Amino acid sequence: MRCDVAVIGGGPAGLAAAIAAQERDARRVLVIERAEELGGILPQCIHNGFGVEVFGEDLTGPTYAQRYMDRAFELGVEALLDTMVLEISPGRITATNARHGILEIEAGAIVLAMGCRERPRGALAIPGTRPAGVYTAGTAQRLVNIEGVMPGERFVILGSGDIGMIMARRLTFEGAAVERVLEIQPFISGLMRNYVQCLQDFDIPLQRSHTVVDIRGDRRVEAVVSAEVDPDWHPIPGTEEVIPCDTLLLSVGLIPENELSRQAGVELDEATGGPVVDERFQTSVPGIFAAGNVVHVYDLVDDVSHAGERAGASAAEFALERREEPARKVRLRAGENIRYIVPQVLDPEGLRRGEQRLQMRVRRPIEAPVVLRVEAGGETLLRRRLRYVRPGEMVSLTLPERTYSQVRDADEVGVSVEERGG
Amino acid sequence: MAERRRLICITCPMGCQLDVLFDPESGRVLEIEGHGCKRAWAYAEKELTHPTRMVTTTVRVRGGVWPLVPVHTAELIPKSAIFPLLRELRRVEVQAPVRCGQVILVSGAGTGVDVLASRDLPTTDVEEPAPAIYPPAG
Repeated sequence: MRCDVAVIGGGPAGLAAAIAAQERDARRVLVIERAEELGGILPQCIHNGFGVEVFGEDLTGPTYAQRYMDRAFELGVEALLDTMVLEISPGRITATNARHGILEIEAGAIVLAMGCRERPRGALAIPGTRPAGVYTAGTAQRLVNIEGVMPGERFVILGSGDIGMIMARRLTFEGAAVERVLEIQPFISGLMRNYVQCLQDFDIPLQRSHTVVDIRGDRRVEAVVSAEVDPDWHPIPGTEEVIPCDTLLLSVGLIPENELSRQAGVELDEATGGPVVDERFQTSVPGIFAAGNVVHVYDLVDDVSHAGERAGASAAEFALERREEPARKVRLRAGENIRYIVPQVLDPEGLRRGEQRLQMRVRRPIEAPVVLRVEAGGETLLRRRLRYVRPGEMVSLTLPERTYSQVRDADEVGVSVEERGG
Repeated sequence: MAERRRLICITCPMGCQLDVLFDPESGRVLEIEGHGCKRAWAYAEKELTHPTRMVTTTVRVRGGVWPLVPVHTAELIPKSAIFPLLRELRRVEVQAPVRCGQVILVSGAGTGVDVLASRDLPTTDVEEPAPAIYPPAG
């Protein structure tokens, strides 16, 4: 079968990409989704807080997804559900499902929108036995919110990411006891408002600079042992506490899912774990685009949708041969206290078409006024004052059109964060 | 007699740590420290007199593609009504198909606020929940 644009993954990035591609007159847009329904992670994120930027409304996750699905089908986007992509190369996808067996799909352009997955127990090297009752927070969320199954009665949650805190409230709503939330860092990794609404409201105790050092239990978790950690995250002997529980949830980070990207020869960024993309979200392989959590893990779905839109529109332009390939790309360099910048490369000509949005994360928090500085060839292009920076909150910056000639003449563009003196 | 209270403002993602001087009798905030903007005043006053939250949970569904449908309160409800509402919703069961925005419970826990479905939930007799599947018939 043939299509103009094939989107791999039907979550928020993929749906936005498919809609944008269809709106740009791509003749056939196909979303290939591994799960039995579209929406990605959103159908299980039943809490509110979505859509404030895109719709100007505070929506639940399922409602946010519903709006994109309705729009996609209204435009004639097609979806292949329960279908696993096995292999991709420029213009070609091999997929499989129970109904069709093996499918060979020719696509004018491909958008990678596979999202991310949760860091599992194995990635943390928590010692102890291997009993039932250890889940990632997202798996527990799916069980509780979609399948109607409670994974336990007494919980300990490791990690104060937003999913972990939201699950603490959710489990409390369903009658479970959440004994403790443990965070290895000295600060909460999710948003403060989730700390208030999810933990404080229900008197769920949180301990910062604490982690799990042992899991006990034979067939089922019977207890976890927590301990305080020093600034290097080493457990401090003598601070151990046995917390009886039957279930441990892990909310300890997300990893972009890039097996297909790697296999297609797409260049990956070590800092993000996702593809290196340009300002139109094209990867290093022409005709393969990427957007959403597959590129880097976002804080807000609204930003994922915006990225998906851009990637979908670019993919349609590529497929319809309306796109000029950049003569050269300028690299963006993460300077002082910047962990990464997306896009990683920029076509200077892009700045002639309009301002360009850069998104980045800092390495360490600074709870004081800072200056974000963009420079090229020793010249400062832009300075922006911020009241604080935190690793958990993505920083966005708009590079205005007036920087075109300086960016064009530069080898690379650097971004750094410095504390404001005085 | 005014009291000192510590709050975290949840109006925006900044999460300012507020030190509030509050008069319980008049329900007025007299002083605030630690706030980044003036929205902290309205938040603190509301949070200390009649705190409200949006509630999201699930209810049982008969004959749907999933056994549950997610629901949310149409507006913010008093914090004190959260658990009474959850108890009431535990007894609710709806019949598929459910439409996004459909009223699931009128005036939950006597708050005057309806509880609405957060998504469409098709019945199991629809072969696929999504309308367009390749290849089209024929």
